[in-house]
Amino acid sequence: MRIGALKETTEGEARVAVTPSSAGHLQKLGHEVHVESGAGARAGFSDAAYERAGVTVHPTAAALIAAVDVVAKVRPPSDAEMAAMREGQTLISFFYPGQNAELLEAARNRGVNAIAMDMVPRISRAQKMDALSSMANIAGYRAVIEAANNFGRFFTGQVTAAGKVPPAKVLIVGAGVAGLAAIGAATSLGAQVYAFDVRPEVAEQIESMGAEFVYLDFKDELQDGAATGGYAAPSSPEFRGAQLAKFRELAPEMDIVITTALIPGRPAPKLWTEDMVAAMKPGSVIIDLAAERGGNCDLTVPDEKIVTDNGVTIIGYTDFPSRMGAQASELYGNNVRHMLADLTPAKDGTLVHDMDDDVIRGATVTKDRDVTWPPPPPKIQAIAVQKPKEKPRELTPEERRAQELAAFRAQTRSQVTLLGVGALVMLLIGLFAPASFLSHFIVFVLACFVGFSVIWNVAHSLHTPLMAITNAISSIVILGALLQIGSGSAWVVILGALAVLMTAVNIFGGFLVTRRMLAMFQKS
Amino acid sequence: MATTVITTPAPGLDPVVSPGIPSSMVEALPAFGFTTAAYVVAAVLFILSLGGLSGQESAKRAIWYGIVGMALAVVATLFGPGLHNWWLSLLMIVIGGAGGYVLATRVQMTEMPQLVAAMHSLVGLAAVFIGLNAQIEMGRVMWARANGVTDVFRGFAAVLAHKTPAEIAMLKIEVALGVFIGAVTFTGSVVAYGKLAGKIDGKPRKVRGGHWTNLAAALVALLLTLFYVAGWGPAMLWLLVIMLIAGFIGWSLIMGIGGADMPVVVSMLNSYSGWAAAMIGFTLSNDLLIVVGALVGSSGAILSYIMCRAMNRSFISVILGGFGGETGPAMEIEGEQIAIDAEGVAAALNEADSVIIVPGYGMAVAQAQQSVSELTRKLRAAGKKVRFAIHPVAGRLPGHMNVLLAEAKVPYDIVMEMDEINEDFPSTDVAIVIGSNDIVNPAAQEDPNSPIAGMPVLEVWKAKHVFVSKRGQGTGYSGIENPLFYKENTRMFYGDAKKSIDALLPMID
Repeated sequence: MRIGALKETTEGEARVAVTPSSAGHLQKLGHEVHVESGAGARAGFSDAAYERAGVTVHPTAAALIAAVDVVAKVRPPSDAEMAAMREGQTLISFFYPGQNAELLEAARNRGVNAIAMDMVPRISRAQKMDALSSMANIAGYRAVIEAANNFGRFFTGQVTAAGKVPPAKVLIVGAGVAGLAAIGAATSLGAQVYAFDVRPEVAEQIESMGAEFVYLDFKDELQDGAATGGYAAPSSPEFRGAQLAKFRELAPEMDIVITTALIPGRPAPKLWTEDMVAAMKPGSVIIDLAAERGGNCDLTVPDEKIVTDNGVTIIGYTDFPSRMGAQASELYGNNVRHMLADLTPAKDGTLVHDMDDDVIRGATVTKDRDVTWPPPPPKIQAIAVQKPKEKPRELTPEERRAQELAAFRAQTRSQVTLLGVGALVMLLIGLFAPASFLSHFIVFVLACFVGFSVIWNVAHSLHTPLMAITNAISSIVILGALLQIGSGSAWVVILGALAVLMTAVNIFGGFLVTRRMLAMFQKS
Repeated sequence: MATTVITTPAPGLDPVVSPGIPSSMVEALPAFGFTTAAYVVAAVLFILSLGGLSGQESAKRAIWYGIVGMALAVVATLFGPGLHNWWLSLLMIVIGGAGGYVLATRVQMTEMPQLVAAMHSLVGLAAVFIGLNAQIEMGRVMWARANGVTDVFRGFAAVLAHKTPAEIAMLKIEVALGVFIGAVTFTGSVVAYGKLAGKIDGKPRKVRGGHWTNLAAALVALLLTLFYVAGWGPAMLWLLVIMLIAGFIGWSLIMGIGGADMPVVVSMLNSYSGWAAAMIGFTLSNDLLIVVGALVGSSGAILSYIMCRAMNRSFISVILGGFGGETGPAMEIEGEQIAIDAEGVAAALNEADSVIIVPGYGMAVAQAQQSVSELTRKLRAAGKKVRFAIHPVAGRLPGHMNVLLAEAKVPYDIVMEMDEINEDFPSTDVAIVIGSNDIVNPAAQEDPNSPIAGMPVLEVWKAKHVFVSKRGQGTGYSGIENPLFYKENTRMFYGDAKKSIDALLPMID
């Protein structure tokens, strides 16, 4: 098959769908690769670089579309591009079928088989072609860079001869792929990062990236991300109220706010209200990654950078991935080539559009003059249903105290029962056994306790040496044999001597072997 | 041979009990101040010695605590009161020590499980002998009392001569218990040794109605103990029969347990040898023996518990042998095992950034640890992240793999435990399974009917590529099919583990 990448026509778009390196992989799948002249120029790939990779360069978009079977793009095709396509051609690009009903209709009319990179289902197998995630990752990183660029201070705290610099405080709202990438970038710049998400199960991910999860004091309504394929769902008014109150409390302290909250198929939720912006310090920066869908901040102007009266910069750019054209093209190119790899299972250059495959079925929006969007739910559940957490995270102090008290009581009860039974047994023994036995018995019980508490701390890797050393130590029965060997009876002397012999083997053998083993353990 | 004579009767001594023996003729027990003090120090040293094993570095010091403690205890006893046949004792210690030295220096690290099992049997047998001795001495003292013979008793017999009837009864219980546990330890350890050394077939072999036979044997032993304690019939004979029965129980118990459960068995026998020592301590009224016996006994018990928890099985089910009854048909396994050659594995390794190696008993059998270490060194030199994942029950001893890898000079800080590393498999490029089977079996998680369902396993199948080095297509010790071998991302690297890895080495750059 011949695969061709068009030059993007949208103003400011720097990405390209095929890079010289991804072209190499596509050729290995048995495909021929074509590009429009200048397609990679803004991402830093010259026509010459493509030619060196064995790619055919066409002078115009029309020539390219005419020459190929598969058209790869980044943005949804323009009307002109769609008009140039012919029946049976395959289109791979972002498509947003939910918002682009007309484009969908046009593709159906033309008989174009359209594969929407934004509709790839979120299952593990499809991660390598999940372009939304790879672009969100770049957007999150770039958001921090933009913020740093517009923030007149360091991110990291420093103590210098010229004075002390406090670290910047960064709040990230929405810990999806973009949010997590932003957390990573901001923490590695040295900022103090806080993050919030409506899905409590991401708290662990947030903390693993080095940020602090902002907890809400809110009891019910713990969202389960699994039901929505890992995306957030709209929340109740009460929850929203609690959330806004928390933000209002945080607003005056924060230097940077990066909002990434999106709900699939809906306008972005308004989370950062005008009064919060007013409460922020002059010089603070807000980056609104949801600007394309109306923005999370009330004051966001899409594609613009504005400065409010109180000196807060609000950035509403919608082209963050494109601002890192080379990196974004590299990742998007890989997403596209993985998609094509799934479409050519035999690696022989023939496209097999297998509609039984969850991933291909999910991404295909038109096929054979038919609109195939929205797809049926995938056969495999995207993410395992979140098991209810044993301990809900948002516990009020009272509840926590009650729980601790209950645990303490249960523990006390079990210990008291054990002690009671133990005491009873001891009493019984005491009734019948002689006093001399009991004094030894106390020693025995205490030694058992010491043994139990000491052994728990032994490292797992040292269990074999532990066995060897306890074996050596258990030859302490040699004392018994030594005490008996002095008897007047010949039998006792013989048996005692044998016992001494055997335990001596054990003592020397056991300790030496343990020493040999321990000497071998070494650090790198 | 000096005999210390006490002039004042010991407190609590009832003159009515031993009418024939004036207290002035009874030798003192070893409660000499110096000896007792030495025992206290020795006990503390032993506790420090076990506690020191919490880290690799402190362990090197801990071993010396143990050695000094043991030396102190033996010397204090040798020079303490009540000891005779001094030269015989010393001669036996020298001969035994020489034997132990030879054993310890010659043994290969892969043979460690057998050695530990063999040494347990010695402790068990020694405990039995000491118990029998106690009975012989008791017989002599009783006889002397009955006949009014005024004899000077030495050593342990002197202790006995002081006892009241209640104390004698208690003593008999202790002797019977000591002999019983000692004999179980002895035969059990011998069987475990045979299985580990490959001299007895490792498969669980069950006597028909094995549990009932054992139960009956135990009941008979209990009955005989009652006879023995109550003093009905010939005491010595009863004790010998109890010993034989206990030996039989030890033998049949361990015969019924499969090779894969050996880590639990060995640590359990370790525990028994400790309890036997504690019982002997009671018999001889020696607190150091009691303390050390209890320490060893409880440590073995905890180790067994840790092992059982790692296999998600109850202690009882392991002891009673074999796996629990299956609840339904095992899941059908689809697919086929795909083989790969050394070049394929080498290519994948050269491309990988992170590698996790999962060693098992097969590595020990093939003596492949040196080759694995060399492979690790080369991969690390190439800038790859190489780590080892150790399942708690890998091998035939608790911590067996750690010792083998340490012997091959693999640094211990890249050797991880299951809980530390299980989460990292999804982000790992290559997982190499060398001679392990059940501990990487996904059926434990996927198939509720599997005999090992619920056992925590290393999730190697989540790595991008899995290579399994294995001798042939057979199943593991437990005889369970392993769906891992049929997974899409798994390739089978057939052949002897050592030869396979050696073939890989020149191809890694």
